[in-house]
Amino acid sequence: MEKKRRIFYDVLLISVLLCLSLCLLLVTFLTKRSGELVCVEVNGEAVAEYRLSEDGEYSLNGGTNLLKIENGEAYLTYADCPDKTCVKTGRIRYVGQSIVCLPNKVTVVVRGSGSGGVDLVS
Amino acid sequence: MDRIKKTVLLAMMSAVALALSFLESQIPTFIAIPGVKLGLANIAVIFVLYKLGAKEAFAVSFVRLIAVFLLFGGVMPLIYSIAGALLSLCVMLILKGLPTFSEIGVSVAGGVAHNIAQVLVAVFLLDSSAIFLYLPALLLSGTVAGVVIGIISAILVKRVKIKTL
Repeated sequence: MEKKRRIFYDVLLISVLLCLSLCLLLVTFLTKRSGELVCVEVNGEAVAEYRLSEDGEYSLNGGTNLLKIENGEAYLTYADCPDKTCVKTGRIRYVGQSIVCLPNKVTVVVRGSGSGGVDLVS
Repeated sequence: MDRIKKTVLLAMMSAVALALSFLESQIPTFIAIPGVKLGLANIAVIFVLYKLGAKEAFAVSFVRLIAVFLLFGGVMPLIYSIAGALLSLCVMLILKGLPTFSEIGVSVAGGVAHNIAQVLVAVFLLDSSAIFLYLPALLLSGTVAGVVIGIISAILVKRVKIKTL
């Protein structure tokens, strides 16, 4: 196969992937709406639920992570793991947004009012 | 190429992959999405895949994973890495077999496959479909990182000659 043909297929593959990811990003961006509840899951099990409208500070998973709710936004202020990705994730407020702490298997997800599950993408 | 030379070469490439992993871990993460990374070690894996073959690429990749695990620890990162490496290597192998893609296309597919595998493992381990929301961003980052790594790999595959081959 000639070099030019190969580059054509490379560019095609890259463009398809770029378009796909940008479209998915756009869809998630357009369908966002403010949530009401913050659900905390440890190891896949829902362990707690807090209202976004009520400010407060909560210790998660026996103290491995610290959750803070302020002005309708939730964020983690502390994690005992070295990478601190969950703390760096920042504030979440829209339905489906989440903060994940992989080492501690903790996820914090924003949900709408009393909705059973998050089903935005699938 | 005789066996000893090949063994030495593979050991060297594994060491290069390990060094690249370490180098990458020293780069501060500027995007706070779990799983977004450059995948520098994949340069060594793609190089071996093109110069020596599939079996050898698998070997280098897994020696690196075990070495990273022994040096830096963490069972969870190991599980994620194994899943990512397996799917990414399989996809790269298939695309390399096709006459249509260069190193860049192979690398892009590998990067994206790596990220998809990690999202799937995270969804499975954390039992939370909310993780799927990270997929679009990880597809994008996998593509971009794959292009960068692919260009570097293509240059290396072209320029570096292994005399004994």
